[in-house]
Amino acid sequence: MTILSYDNTLEGFFTAVFEIFEYKYQDVSIIGADKAQNVLFAEVITVITNDEKSDRVLARLEKQLGKEGVRQILYAFLSETEDAENILFRAIKYAVDNSGKNVFADFSNPDVLKISKLVKSVGREKHRMEAFIRFELLKDGIYFAKIYPDFNVLTLVVRHFKNRYQDQKWLIYDFKRGYGVYYDLENTEIVTLDADVEKKLQDEDGIYDDKEINYQKLWVEYFDHTNIKERKNMKLHVQHVPKRYWKYLTEKKIF
Amino acid sequence: MFDYLGNNTFLSLNLYPLNFKNLNYERVKEKLEILADAAKYDVSCSSSGGNRKNASKGLGDSSATGICHTYTEDGRCVSLLKILLTNFCIYDCAYCVTRISNDIQRAAFTVDEVVDLTMSFYRRNYIEGLFLSSGIFKNADYTMERLVRVAKKLRLEHNFNGYIHLKSIPDASDELMREAGLYADRLSMNLEIPTESGLKLLAPDKSHQQMIKPMDFVKNEILIYKDEKKIIKSTPKFAPAGQSTQVIVGATPETDLQIIKVADHFYKNFNLKRVYYSGYVPVSNDARLPALGSQVPLVRENRLYQADWLMRFYGFKANEILEQNNPFLDLEVDPKMSWALRNVDKFPVMIQTAPLEMILRVPGIGVKSAYKIIQARRFKNLTLEHIKKIGVSTNRAKYFITVANANRSLDFLDAVNLKDIILKDTRSKFENPFSNQLSLLNDDSFLR
Ligand code: SF4
Repeated sequence: MTILSYDNTLEGFFTAVFEIFEYKYQDVSIIGADKAQNVLFAEVITVITNDEKSDRVLARLEKQLGKEGVRQILYAFLSETEDAENILFRAIKYAVDNSGKNVFADFSNPDVLKISKLVKSVGREKHRMEAFIRFELLKDGIYFAKIYPDFNVLTLVVRHFKNRYQDQKWLIYDFKRGYGVYYDLENTEIVTLDADVEKKLQDEDGIYDDKEINYQKLWVEYFDHTNIKERKNMKLHVQHVPKRYWKYLTEKKIF
Repeated sequence: MFDYLGNNTFLSLNLYPLNFKNLNYERVKEKLEILADAAKYDVSCSSSGGNRKNASKGLGDSSATGICHTYTEDGRCVSLLKILLTNFCIYDCAYCVTRISNDIQRAAFTVDEVVDLTMSFYRRNYIEGLFLSSGIFKNADYTMERLVRVAKKLRLEHNFNGYIHLKSIPDASDELMREAGLYADRLSMNLEIPTESGLKLLAPDKSHQQMIKPMDFVKNEILIYKDEKKIIKSTPKFAPAGQSTQVIVGATPETDLQIIKVADHFYKNFNLKRVYYSGYVPVSNDARLPALGSQVPLVRENRLYQADWLMRFYGFKANEILEQNNPFLDLEVDPKMSWALRNVDKFPVMIQTAPLEMILRVPGIGVKSAYKIIQARRFKNLTLEHIKKIGVSTNRAKYFITVANANRSLDFLDAVNLKDIILKDTRSKFENPFSNQLSLLNDDSFLR
């Protein structure tokens, strides 16, 4: 068995895909560089990310599967699911073997089906982030949100928040993966914070604008009073707002 | 740029210009409690169809689909800040907490307070926008003018592009309705009581005519603005998310057939985007109404939503869903299943070849699954397992379809006790009619 390790980027993954066809590797498996150390009994070939190769794979896929197909590949990739790379590779191979066909509509193929499930999960997480992210106004005028998403969806929500919040600075920080996106009223950029700042942002109350707590309390008040007690249905509530998201939600805070 | 954050000067600067006058927290809090409480019986939460772009570096946009930012403990979507401007009201509608004869605390927001709450909540990603309704104080136009003023201020002074839903006040003048349409995404006029006779009984001061006039005006304006837009691109939007209404279910003795016919009528003649059904929550000890403490008819409400979907997305007609001699929806099974059980001669449907219209009529197959079936069957002869993976509830569908592999359940299609067999098989699903309530209030997830 041949094992290709790549740098965990989408471009790296596409480069690996290109090289499998280029060098006609048989019985091959793709793994992220972070997992490559764990491989004991096989030779690991390190793929050097190459934009030209990656672009060619992308163009080929887009031609056959359309923008929608490429979106699905990206989403499945960001799921960070164990073995996502190999599921994706098999589906890509299936596409290449059936050129001209939109194989992503063939749900009877197990890899296509698996991808469509991953796409759905990642899409749902993206949607939940757009819904459940709560900004808190910091003393220096930045609206700040902490997130810990199940999948690596931060980059997928940037456009949504950029369109929406153009006249306020904001920072959304993924504490699980240690990076964030900052908008400075002009552009967005990916940022990583020093450990001490990260800690401060996670733990300290003194960082907030004076009126922040009042607005949060007003929201909690609203949340309580818009509820109809006669219709109470916690099961349904939890189904829509699973407990693992409560930590995001201002309305679940206890003041 | 980010060095500045890393440098720990982070917390020392206070550069942000304060946009808002300090609002008096305690006073606003008290008003919010009263006026959110009074507004909660309006079940509409939709923020879809706005499609307003944030083109000029302002605040907010409204996407075509809308977002539920949270859910109340009763499981309803919270998308908008839904409040009354005031709960002072000159009318005495028996089914309404705000009625003049009710001994409750009254309050009124100022225009600025509503604007500030909306902006501050929106900036924190709590809401998609504002749903502003009101008790009627002084008269219709006086009230409507205040509502319009809030919307206008948000749009023109604060460059707010989030969603705005305004309640149309019965009898409001055309001029105010036109202004309302220019600033709001959606306008709604709640019929509340589906028949004129019921309304006369419970709200003697009101008539459907007062409601229909502004609705009709808005419908026509929407059409005019749409036509103009085709010719002149810069024509402003007019209520781009359209109009909706709400009917209360179970306050008066209307049948479900009457209710869905009213809905059908308003969908067709007023181009309504949505009709909402709100199970009556007892708010008064009035001999004309169900007593305090009686059950909210949640299952019935749920069935009405399902019937509504069947009319809007599945090609069913009102008189197919219910018949004159059987005018109430079956509470045990959903209305599509109920139709199938009355029409077993139309089944089985051949999954591999049947037209979309028939696939849509199979119990357990949703709109999205139906489309997926149409796509997937070009590649393969579909089996029960395939369509299950696609998302079909095969435990219901299997009694009504022919698939590529053997389907033993079909043997029961002609059984006299088919309904019992299905009920037994799917008991757990049916016992919780709210398992898909989200879908029922929110078009997009329903179509998933
Ligand atoms: S007019 Fe509206 S607010 Fe006033 S009592 Fe009737 S339903 Fe309630």
